[in-house]
Amino acid sequence: MYSAQDYKKGQPRWCPGCGDHFFLSSLHKAMAEIGVAPSQTAVISGIGCSSRLPHYMATYGMNTIHGRAAAIATGCKVANPDLAVWQVSGDGDGLAIGGNHFIHANRRNINLNMILLNNRIYGLTKGQYSPTSPRGFVSKSSPYGTVEDPFRPAELCFGARGHFFARAVATDAPGTIEVLKAAYSHKGASVCEILQNCVIFNNGTHDAVYSKEGRTKNAIYLKHGEKMLFGENNEYGIVQEGFGVKAVKLGEDGYTEADVLVHDAKCEDNTLQLKLAEMEWPIALGVIRDVEAPTYDDCVMAQIEEVKAKKKYHNFAELLETNDIWTVSE
Amino acid sequence: MVEIREKESVVVRFSGDSGDGMQLAGNIFSTVSATVGNSISTFPDYPADIRAPQGSLTGVSGFQVHIGAGQVYTPGDLCDVLVAMNAAALKTQYRYAKPDAAIIIDTDSFGPKDLEKAQFKTEDYLGEMGIDPDRVIACPLTTMVKDCLKDSGMDAKSVSKCRNMFALGLVCWLFDRDLNVAFNFLREKFAKKPEVAEANIKVIQAGYDYGHNTHSSVANVYRIETKHKVPGRYMDITGNKATAYGFIAAAEKAGLKLYLGSYPITPATDVLHELSKHKSLGVITVQCEDEIAGCASAVGASFAGALAVTSTSGPGICLKSEAMNLAVIMELPLVVLDVQRGGPATGLPTKSEQTDLLQALFGRNGESPMPVIAASSPTDCFDAAYTAAKMALEHMTPVILMTDAFVANGSGAFKLPNLADYPAIQPPYVPEELRGSWTPYMRNAEGVRYWAVPGREGFEHILGGLEKDDKTGAISTNPENHDLMTRKRQAKIDAIPVPDLEVLGDKDDAELLIVGFGGTYGHLHAAMDELRAQGKKVALAHFRYINPLPKNTAEVLKKYPKVVVAEQNMGQLAAWLRMKVDGFVPMQFNQVKGQPFVVNELVEAFECLVKS
Repeated sequence: MYSAQDYKKGQPRWCPGCGDHFFLSSLHKAMAEIGVAPSQTAVISGIGCSSRLPHYMATYGMNTIHGRAAAIATGCKVANPDLAVWQVSGDGDGLAIGGNHFIHANRRNINLNMILLNNRIYGLTKGQYSPTSPRGFVSKSSPYGTVEDPFRPAELCFGARGHFFARAVATDAPGTIEVLKAAYSHKGASVCEILQNCVIFNNGTHDAVYSKEGRTKNAIYLKHGEKMLFGENNEYGIVQEGFGVKAVKLGEDGYTEADVLVHDAKCEDNTLQLKLAEMEWPIALGVIRDVEAPTYDDCVMAQIEEVKAKKKYHNFAELLETNDIWTVSE
Repeated sequence: MVEIREKESVVVRFSGDSGDGMQLAGNIFSTVSATVGNSISTFPDYPADIRAPQGSLTGVSGFQVHIGAGQVYTPGDLCDVLVAMNAAALKTQYRYAKPDAAIIIDTDSFGPKDLEKAQFKTEDYLGEMGIDPDRVIACPLTTMVKDCLKDSGMDAKSVSKCRNMFALGLVCWLFDRDLNVAFNFLREKFAKKPEVAEANIKVIQAGYDYGHNTHSSVANVYRIETKHKVPGRYMDITGNKATAYGFIAAAEKAGLKLYLGSYPITPATDVLHELSKHKSLGVITVQCEDEIAGCASAVGASFAGALAVTSTSGPGICLKSEAMNLAVIMELPLVVLDVQRGGPATGLPTKSEQTDLLQALFGRNGESPMPVIAASSPTDCFDAAYTAAKMALEHMTPVILMTDAFVANGSGAFKLPNLADYPAIQPPYVPEELRGSWTPYMRNAEGVRYWAVPGREGFEHILGGLEKDDKTGAISTNPENHDLMTRKRQAKIDAIPVPDLEVLGDKDDAELLIVGFGGTYGHLHAAMDELRAQGKKVALAHFRYINPLPKNTAEVLKKYPKVVVAEQNMGQLAAWLRMKVDGFVPMQFNQVKGQPFVVNELVEAFECLVKS
């Protein structure tokens, strides 16, 4: 019905080589495959490099104020649940100044597709560390290295009782499109962490998985219901060890394919999903958690219908009559 | 011998512990009085502590009712009848009583421990306070309520909760009120618990009979006749409820969903409570994670095509100002309700001030013009809220609606409005003929940006916090364009038509013009009436529209030899008027006590000004 072209607008002004270019192209393609009309789609961002994105969409959209995208998207979705609402933020917009809105959108489980473009740096303000920069990170505002630990987005999402978390690498178009489609299909807050490179201020931050070869060596694509195997020839697998998981080479230390865990994105308990999300090698990509739960916007509408059926007043004049009224006569 | 006093108006103050149900007693009494056509004005005065220790001085809450034969404009300065349910109430509330006021006390709550908690030094509490015992109706109220309900099967706590009704019965006797109205009120209120309703009714009757049988010899009976009846159907309404109703009415008239994004904050929370009830009218309320999200989500809802409102008090406005500014630059409709309280910072959360005016006008970065409207009384909140919503929707702008704790918590008799009598609300939706040529910042003849609501095919567009090109709607840092857009946003607000400023009183030959805004209307009006009764030539100009100002503002302000701007801040309206009216230098009356003006103090101050 729609092509990627139908969602495209303008000429992006990100730096050449910026991961946002790759992501934008995947988003256009994913939206075309999803097939919701541009007029029924709203893309809402905050402030930051990645938050420029709505300007390159032929949909409805807003490029708002720093950190508030999730809150603004919440109002938009609740007021008009028919719209497909996409919220786009970077790691600063979404997790620093907007951290409160990020966790509450997840807690409420409002049906938003929440994109977190994570380059672990503040680009637009020219190179300060972000809440996802690793401890010791040297930047303009931390010339001797940071002395604080970063957020791990999945941990934050799960801690806020999030029901959907997926991860993709910006340069990996098929992987990104798959994740975006899954996010749209999931009813509720869907967080997609997009690993994205800032060529100017944090070049190479995701090098381990930024190329196809790198992903083959260092990433695992998780698929619900499938064994967690990875490597050039699927020679590695994820097994459980104590309360955690670890990557093993099959055939070594007595591990066989039978030991390899089957991914369960639908599992209500997020313990193992969190372990997967936090692995440093391999880096987990794809849909890590995708659990159905009542959405805020649906529940708001359902409650309105329920109360409408129960209460006897349905307009302002009838509302007035529900009060203690007296008459003053001539 | 019963002395019958015919009075123009009478003020009754119910006081007791926060949990003593003084507000309910006061509400019923005002409803009963309004039913016979008396005009009413009420004001609750409650402590910031939810439940301070029982019997303590900090835990006393009051509820004042002013009933009048003619129009009453305020809940009254001092009371004619003081109900004090315990020693602490007498101690703290007696200063609100007139020298000849009748005082009703529950002697069961004046034991040694009660007196100690209330910091009385001796058992002669009346003597300590200098109260003439002849003016006191002292009754063992708790004992009598227990006695009255001994066969009801109710537990001690429930029985104790009915004490307020005994006091109400006594007051009804004092004012010769028809108890049936009170009975009906209670039967309605406790429709699901008829046994509670009947117990309360029994206690009211007992209180009434007690007064009639025992105290005929000591007390006065008051008669408040009704003089100026405006026939119609009425309800008692608080300012916050009237505000909520105004939004509901405006949304219905505009054919839009009503969305409230809010975060609880005293004294604005009742608007959130009220709107949350009315899901059967399709009202959406989201209690957000913070004030910021309350406003930000409302901006999102506005973009999506709803009548969007966010409600708060001054500290919340501080937090919302960035998102309010977003609505300014995106030119989206939004109503921001500021129920003012004492500041700065947390200040006096339950008390009333007008100290947010300059914040409302200027408290944002950049050139950020925003209409400001102030409601003048509890019932006026309805029209003010309706008007604010209409202005926001038709002029595509955030509008600040200012009320205050006094107006929000006070109540008055509200003549039921007929929505058909209210003006239509017509947002400037993009006309179909602009399809293909429309860009987001195209304006209609009034300079208002058209509204294209998501979902409409062919009008997809991006708005945002960055400055946009006037023609294309694309991001622009062009200096001429920014200057142009700044002027267009300003011109749009300046061009909003508002009614002329009305002058009350001696409009032709006043020696002194009193100027005010918002919730002080009643007190300023009463002060003017008092001065005119003394033969002075005085007029009142009270502002409802503060930005833009009425067209005749300069003309009115410069017409009179003396002008005093009276406000509950350090001179914020005066500063605004001086800025907007060339050469205007008014006298000022400023009080920042967290309490409503006192009419007598105003009269004294204004007398001096007339003489000087």
